[in-house]
Amino acid sequence: MRQFDPQPAPHIPAPSSVRRMMLQVLVALIPGIAAHVWFFGPAIAIQLILACGFALGFEALCLKARGRPLLPYLNDLSAPLTAVLYVLCLPPLMPWYTTAIGLLFAIVVAKHLYGGLGHNLFNPAMVGYAVILVAFPLHATSWLPPASLAENPIGLMSALEAIFTGGLPAPLSFDAITEATPLDHWQNGISSGQMMSEIRQSPVFGDYGGVGWEWIANGYLLGGLYLMARRIISWRVPVALLGSVVILTLPGSLIDPDTNPLVMEHLFTGGIMLAAFFIATDPVSGSTTPRGMLIFGAGVAILTLIIRRWGAYPEGIAFAVLMMNMAVPLIDRHTRTRVFGT
Amino acid sequence: MSIDAPQDIGQRFWRFHGGLSLRHWKQMSLQHGLEQAPLPAQLIVPIDQQIGTPAELTVSVGDTVLGGQALTRRTEAHHVNVHAPSSGRITAIEDRPVIHPRLDCQRCVVIDTDGEDHQTTLPAWDHWPEYNHEALRERLAEAGLAGLGGALFPTHLKLDRSTEQPTRLLIINGAECEPYIAADESLMRWRPEQVLLGAQILSRILDAEQCVIAIEDQMGEVENHLRQTLKALQIDNLAIIKVPTIYPEGGERQLIRVLTGDEVPAGGLPQDLGVVVQNVGTAAASYQAVVDGQPLISRVVSVTGRGVNHPVNLEARIGTPVWFLIEQAGGYTEQAARLVMGGPLMGISLPDDDRPVTKASNCLLTMIDTDIQPVAEEMPCIRCGKCSEVCPAALLPQQLLAQIRGNQLEEARALHLDACIECGCCDYVCPSQIPLTQTYRQAKHDLALSDLAQQQADRARDRHEFKEQRLAEQKARRRQRLESRREQPDNSKSDDIKAAIARAREKRQAAADQNCDATESQD
Ligand code: SF4
Ligand code: SF4
Repeated sequence: MRQFDPQPAPHIPAPSSVRRMMLQVLVALIPGIAAHVWFFGPAIAIQLILACGFALGFEALCLKARGRPLLPYLNDLSAPLTAVLYVLCLPPLMPWYTTAIGLLFAIVVAKHLYGGLGHNLFNPAMVGYAVILVAFPLHATSWLPPASLAENPIGLMSALEAIFTGGLPAPLSFDAITEATPLDHWQNGISSGQMMSEIRQSPVFGDYGGVGWEWIANGYLLGGLYLMARRIISWRVPVALLGSVVILTLPGSLIDPDTNPLVMEHLFTGGIMLAAFFIATDPVSGSTTPRGMLIFGAGVAILTLIIRRWGAYPEGIAFAVLMMNMAVPLIDRHTRTRVFGT
Repeated sequence: MSIDAPQDIGQRFWRFHGGLSLRHWKQMSLQHGLEQAPLPAQLIVPIDQQIGTPAELTVSVGDTVLGGQALTRRTEAHHVNVHAPSSGRITAIEDRPVIHPRLDCQRCVVIDTDGEDHQTTLPAWDHWPEYNHEALRERLAEAGLAGLGGALFPTHLKLDRSTEQPTRLLIINGAECEPYIAADESLMRWRPEQVLLGAQILSRILDAEQCVIAIEDQMGEVENHLRQTLKALQIDNLAIIKVPTIYPEGGERQLIRVLTGDEVPAGGLPQDLGVVVQNVGTAAASYQAVVDGQPLISRVVSVTGRGVNHPVNLEARIGTPVWFLIEQAGGYTEQAARLVMGGPLMGISLPDDDRPVTKASNCLLTMIDTDIQPVAEEMPCIRCGKCSEVCPAALLPQQLLAQIRGNQLEEARALHLDACIECGCCDYVCPSQIPLTQTYRQAKHDLALSDLAQQQADRARDRHEFKEQRLAEQKARRRQRLESRREQPDNSKSDDIKAAIARAREKRQAAADQNCDATESQD
């Protein structure tokens, strides 16, 4: 008689794991990040490394405190993904301690206090981002201009100095090197009665979005399409989100193009692409039912546009996602699918 | 009904939700034809080899039996017999390790074979069309026919003409959708006449308007064999339909959906739609049972996988130990790491190979390390929704999981846990390696148990109430008698009050119970 080790079915190897999924998402972010480095300099790379370090550190501490095994959870890459998404939402020269605080809220509060991987109600990266937006509004909105437009592009050493000491080598100063983003221009311009055509005169505007931004958005789009093709994310959230943006901004840009940005400008400026493919698609804090995903994506789009137009913040992705996160249990309950034979 | 003209079947296919495209692996065991397994020295025959309670055992230790001799007597309509697979002496009737989804041991009749293989059969009915459907049904039950696809549902129960609506369609299911399993395919390839004539018999019993054999679109050769045989036998009322290969298409409900577009109601039966599905192996065994009078004492088992040296399809006696069949397939290879009865998606992983094959054992799959899922740490559900994408029952497995893990079994029931066909698709795609199917199976079991307990409690309560009432009446009578004798109103007053209080309490209790019942029936 030969003995075997009985295991539950199925017996063939699973085609995916949490780690593999997260890894694919990280890979899909590479084009966007590369474009970011190309247009805005290497500061973001420093920020990414720093943030991943903090995220893994906090993750390890929390796992330890909760008596969970370290290896499988540090290995699942969910913490680094949170860190990367967090960084991509904020200006690259954020001082190191804001990154620490942001990830503290993301990993410790939003993730582990809610029960760890799979149990968080809110998107951790967006919680961290929102906290920093509120607590450090100045830093959180001090964006660099594209390197091509900057008088003094920020090199690696200056970026390091800025991030770790909060200062910049003379003759640079924060006031001098930061620049309003296209979104700031819209919001300030439109509220002070400028025409879109005047606003577009600013050199930060490129062909259909912001200079540099449009290419970063293209990078996210490319990565997002890859994820959709590999079925890592469902098409529903991105299609609903981007589709809603188109539907909601089209009438305005046709009827009154003087005071409304064009559809393309909405899509390729700010964080819409990132949100559509990488943030609103976070499975844990999003809806899981097919119709729920459509509602979730559309909701994020609507709230983002409202905040862009009327809110106190130029970009509303974080708050839009967090608000929709709150609605998820309700959405899920009311969008259950029809079961076979019922 | 979506079928008006019978010839519609096979003209188009309907989709079912989800499912998986899997690598086939069936050719592995189909290289050498269908071989006869030799007789082992000992046969271990589980008495319970059907859905529902088993028939009553009629033999005892020390008896000598013939092959084909019934070991049981049918005392209820749903019973099917179990037979001695070969001749020999019964040396034990005891609990032995078996292959079963939940149980480790079951009562078995142990037969030491004498090697002579003397057989007895039921009368052969060459002219079977002369017998009426009731006689034929009875014959199938006598001969021990139960769903050979693995479900072991008594065949004759599915062929009941009297109670159900007329059968518009009989589907002979040859779409074994799990990888590796080739038992049905080898039957269709090497014994097509048995399958086709068996289908004729089943169709006749049901008086089915139409009968089709569904095979997978990858079974090209099988189709040729079947068509040639159809022609040779001059059968013209039987259609062969190739269906797209998507797991779990061999599932009854999925197959019906694909062919007819109709969905069997959750909690209902195919018969509700006037459709009956029988497995190819069952059809062949029905032929043998009726025409040859041959009871079900053997079945085709695929002994396959990269963990055995010479994968093969064997016709093995029921009760043959697994290790004996593995030996017939050239024994284990060095890397053999897991032994499974069934396919890689739903199969039962066995702790050892000293267990007998049953009427349900379609495949013995031995897998090597690189073929199997490494045992990984279960991660939390990340709500990725992949499980609901592939679920052929269109359930929301992650919501089911959350309810079951939160001990909300009634909630899970409301989410149609009972519609889960335990196909394992959700498990397969789950990135967190959560044993979902196992969880659902257990939860269904728990729910069934709690329903049973509830029924018993209801009955007990009824009995209790009845008793209370009787006691109260007795008391009242006694008091009346006392009162009439003594004529002392003072004493009886306090009694009256007590009785009134008791009555009020009873009323309240009854109302509460009723409420309870009402909420339950709402669920
Ligand atoms: S596939 Fe697994 S991890 Fe994904 S939602 Fe379903 S149960 Fe959760
Ligand atoms: S096992 Fe049940 S829940 Fe899972 S995919 Fe199959 S039918 Fe759906």
